[in-house]
Amino acid sequence: MKAYEKVIEKLLLICAVTATLSVILITIFIFKEGISVLSDYGMINFIFGTKWSPTNGNYGILPLIAGSLSVTIGALVIGIPTGIACAVFLSEVAHKKTAKILKSAVELLAGIPSVVYGFFGLSVLVPAIRQFILPIIQLFNEDASTSGFSILAGAIILAIMILPTIVSISENAISSVPIEYKEASLALGANRQETITRILVPAAKSGIISSIILGMGRAIGETMAVILITGNMPKVPGGMLDSVATLTGTIAMEMGYATPEHQKALFAVGIVLFIIIMLLNLFANFTLHRLGGQAND
Amino acid sequence: MIKRILSVGLILVLGMFLLIGCGGGQESAAENNVPEEETLSGTIIIAASTSVQPLSEELGAAFMDQYPEVSVEVQGGGSSVGVKSAADKVADIGAASREIKESEKSYGLDEYVIAKDGIAVVENPDCGVDDLTMEQIQKIFIGEVTNWSAVGGSDAEIVVVSREEGSGTRGAFVEITGVEGDDGDMTTANALVQPSTGAVKQTVANTPDSIGYISLGALDNTVKAVRVEGVEATNENILNNSYKIARPFNYLTNGEVSEVVQAYLDFVFSAEGQEIVGQEFIPVK
Repeated sequence: MKAYEKVIEKLLLICAVTATLSVILITIFIFKEGISVLSDYGMINFIFGTKWSPTNGNYGILPLIAGSLSVTIGALVIGIPTGIACAVFLSEVAHKKTAKILKSAVELLAGIPSVVYGFFGLSVLVPAIRQFILPIIQLFNEDASTSGFSILAGAIILAIMILPTIVSISENAISSVPIEYKEASLALGANRQETITRILVPAAKSGIISSIILGMGRAIGETMAVILITGNMPKVPGGMLDSVATLTGTIAMEMGYATPEHQKALFAVGIVLFIIIMLLNLFANFTLHRLGGQAND
Repeated sequence: MIKRILSVGLILVLGMFLLIGCGGGQESAAENNVPEEETLSGTIIIAASTSVQPLSEELGAAFMDQYPEVSVEVQGGGSSVGVKSAADKVADIGAASREIKESEKSYGLDEYVIAKDGIAVVENPDCGVDDLTMEQIQKIFIGEVTNWSAVGGSDAEIVVVSREEGSGTRGAFVEITGVEGDDGDMTTANALVQPSTGAVKQTVANTPDSIGYISLGALDNTVKAVRVEGVEATNENILNNSYKIARPFNYLTNGEVSEVVQAYLDFVFSAEGQEIVGQEFIPVK
């Protein structure tokens, strides 16, 4: 008996070590490949340079950072309210049967490959923005123009892509709030809407925030869909209808053709992306921890 | 008790899979190292730029029909990858869709021009401009001309569509049209960038007032090719050098080639091989 257990224990250990080791190896590899460009070109020049033109030796990635962040923030602005509203509806408002059907429909979204989202965006969303959104903007600003490849298109597609994550985790969190909270609130005379907004959602906030963090991770890391619809224009954007290039998209597009120096620069872009994601995660975990702590008090 | 036996059994089975998996990997690695013998069997690995890849695959398939013992593997990548793979001997043949750069000459590779390809300047079918000079094309892509009215069209902003940095098509296009000047590639920062020929075509086809460039071989009626200096983008015009925007497809080998690779190269330049080239590109013989 004991021998079996030991074998299993060792196997589990190997699995755990493999995962950790992969992370460490990947990190070392990215830094090893990219760090020379960062030090030769200068960290400040690299991060705050506004010109990305590798064939000419210009490696300023501010436009790419701005692109990635603007698309991600746009996706969160659209996706968070929709996702939480959807989660509340599924767990509190809808009938059980309806909720079941709707929930599996939303979860199906997670199974669609991202290139399909991108293609949908390219053939539906991009022309729609040019035809319907642009005239509305032009009412306020006559000089506005867009090809349709824009932050807005990217944000909408990414919002749809992160919905399943936000909805299913938030829904679980809201559903697992102890029933006593709800009963007490109703017994004290609060109506259904007050119960949801004042009791259930705040009580489930740590789960909801986790769902947002995961959604954000997916949005900033998404590559294929974004390449197809944001226009990949390495320029600091001035508005929602401008085209942008993202960090991930640029790496994916240019890696195949890159000369050695260019390739190192792309690894350096990878380092920056890595650090941005680490910072976002740290920040999110910190927020989660603080809010979670308060909820338990 | 039963549970434990089951789980140990499961682990054993998984372990077996792992071993089998490893074994398989070694086997296929060994296969590549088999010396290519008189019977003309073996593996040819071609590292091609994405423009040469489809052509190489077709040539490879036809070659394999003739010599069933031979396996031709075509890997995609960029022209730079093609050159580097040949130089590092990672591949038997490297394929590049551009002239070999001065910096790459030092590898001392043998170059074979297997085909020529023209780059068509394409615009949205609803665009009114049919004819552009090289200078106009250069100015549009540099961003000096931003309105169709400046080149004889209607008053509409030009949407420039380009390829990604490092792309062979982009490299060839900017070099030939003079978009690449003393300061390097000067393509306007206001250009949309698409990562493949297909994506450029799709973008130009669906975006009003847009202009882009694609391989002539990929041209179809979803987009409109403009005449350059009054010359239409056709095979004849490229071979007689009257159409200006054209490039060679190069096969590169490093040092002495094996028998099977030589046989493949001979096949590419045979009538049959060049006929395959001619289906989409411009044969050289």
